[in-house]
Amino acid sequence: MAEPEVYAIDVQNAVKRYGEFVALKKISLSIRDNEFFTLLGPSGCGKTTLLRMIAGFEEVTEGEIYLYGEEIENQPPFKRPVNTVFQNYALFPHMTVRENVAFGVEMLGKSVPESMQRADEMLELVQLTQFSSRKPSQLSGGQQQRVALARALAPQPKVLLLDEPLSALDLKLRKAMQLELKHLQRETGITFIFVTHDQEEALTMSDRIAVMSDGEVQQLGNAVDIYERPKNRFVADFIGETNLIDVEVTSRDQDRVLCQFKNGLTLTCDAVDGIGIGSRGHISIRPERMKMRSEKVDDENWQGKVVENVYVGTDVQSIVALQNDMHLTLRTQNSDTGKAMIFEPGTDVFVDVEVGSARLLAD
Amino acid sequence: MAGGAASGGSGAASETYKEARTLLLMPAWLTLTILVLSPVMLMLVYSFLTKEFRGGVIWDFTFAAYDQFFCDRGLFGDEGCTLEWTYITIFWRSIWQAGLATLLSLAIGFPTAYFIATRPANVRPLWVFLITIPYWVNLLIRTISMRFMMREEGPINNLLVGTGIIGEPLQMINTNFAVQVGLFYSYLPFMVLPIYAAVERYNFTLSEAAADLYASKWITLRRVLLPTVKPGVIAGCILVFVPSLGAFLAPDLLGGAKNFMIGSLIEEQFKGNAGNWPFGAAASMILLTMVLIMLMIYARQQSRANRGEA
Repeated sequence: MAEPEVYAIDVQNAVKRYGEFVALKKISLSIRDNEFFTLLGPSGCGKTTLLRMIAGFEEVTEGEIYLYGEEIENQPPFKRPVNTVFQNYALFPHMTVRENVAFGVEMLGKSVPESMQRADEMLELVQLTQFSSRKPSQLSGGQQQRVALARALAPQPKVLLLDEPLSALDLKLRKAMQLELKHLQRETGITFIFVTHDQEEALTMSDRIAVMSDGEVQQLGNAVDIYERPKNRFVADFIGETNLIDVEVTSRDQDRVLCQFKNGLTLTCDAVDGIGIGSRGHISIRPERMKMRSEKVDDENWQGKVVENVYVGTDVQSIVALQNDMHLTLRTQNSDTGKAMIFEPGTDVFVDVEVGSARLLAD
Repeated sequence: MAGGAASGGSGAASETYKEARTLLLMPAWLTLTILVLSPVMLMLVYSFLTKEFRGGVIWDFTFAAYDQFFCDRGLFGDEGCTLEWTYITIFWRSIWQAGLATLLSLAIGFPTAYFIATRPANVRPLWVFLITIPYWVNLLIRTISMRFMMREEGPINNLLVGTGIIGEPLQMINTNFAVQVGLFYSYLPFMVLPIYAAVERYNFTLSEAAADLYASKWITLRRVLLPTVKPGVIAGCILVFVPSLGAFLAPDLLGGAKNFMIGSLIEEQFKGNAGNWPFGAAASMILLTMVLIMLMIYARQQSRANRGEA
């Protein structure tokens, strides 16, 4: 028998209550060694609470947390070999950049020269060597961000926790930092646990993502899983854009089911667990998985009329009205081939849903 | 043409701006001149005048007051100048007492301020209010009440003797101890309030960050919290030390004649007919110079420290 895998962080049935309010409802999550793991969800979903419980800033009401097999939920934060990059960096304002980065190393019992040397190495890694004797207030937001990162990585933590570290940066810098973070994670081999409410950020960087809402994990999987195969309405709606349509399953042929829309149209899609003939659910179709055509190419093409086109740079977003006042949102790439498939408002079109791209959801 | 008109317009605007600025700065200038600069200049001038025997001054320029402060010229005042220790001793005792009062206020005031600053935001004003309540009563009355409390048959001694902790009542009044208690009590809020303001502004995530980086609570306090709130601590120390140094109510009413401080010495010089106004003015000037030198040394060290780190 194979040995059970030792996880970097193993959360077992963790519950967090503040008085009557339940912030986390019995969460179990196993985060693998050397993984870039993201907790994704809207504000108030419990993702930051979970991160703070792993760091030791919040007590665990019930349940256990293991760090490489060692139970840690009762240890104070300064005894846990994990480090945190805080949302607003929390750099020590009275210390220089170098002193900030050296602090954790020194606290681990290293001599001052040794910790300074380590700080210099880390500053080189994040390309801030020339700023080492400045105070944090003399740096830009992006530079402060990198100092916070260097400071948290300097003591060589077993797990690095990142609490929405990019949310204060502007878009361009955020994109650059996303790549830099990903590289750092590969280079250092440290397990990263990243908290964000930005689904695009999560999709870009993560090995695996836990989508959270209402103190529960809604879905756990890699970027493709949660984008292409959402488990429920919340995940489908939260990750990216989608068209959610009320349906009733009317017939089943092995792995395929026929879904009836309220407006009378039908669509065949893959069957999922928990939904049989006669039951109601939703269908999620991503806007980029549908095409407009001037003539019908398939029996299941729907006839409609273009209502509006919105230019969003990389794509053009079209609203198409189907029969009985049902509206769909479509995205067509702003390329030569794409442009040929964009029609003026008022044009009659046929909407073609790519095979296999309609996802049936049980709720 | 258009350009000329525009520049003329802006010139008029800047003129108006200058006038408005002068007008708006007037209150500050008036306050500084009338309430700060002129009294100090008056004292400076008086310290070089000759004393009138029933109080007041004769307009005769002399160094007599400073000579009296620093020089011992024998019983008949006709010998050469040897250093006079009487007043220097009083100054030294004052510095020592004020310094101790400052340390004591810091030791009690810091935890108090920290406690208030870490309460929920809606109850903090209540705590600050409670701290300031005793200070609605006049300082003289509070000091006399403390004299009453510390008397030989006062409540404190009665309690201690009554419960059998001590056999004989303690001699508290007319001691340095009583002066110390008086100073501490008088100026404690001046320590609490600036520190409270600093700790309230402190970002407690910094403490979390320190704990996250393996610092114990004690190290977090010493290496992160204290350096961050240092300006508040310094302000509190100055606000307690400076008035303690010049205090006369507590030393007069609680310390008695043996425990004289600078404040009382100066006060005596302006009281009734026995006083010596130029000498009082000279002692004030020496005190003022001393305090200014101390503040300047501090300010210089601060700026040097800042430059060194930057």
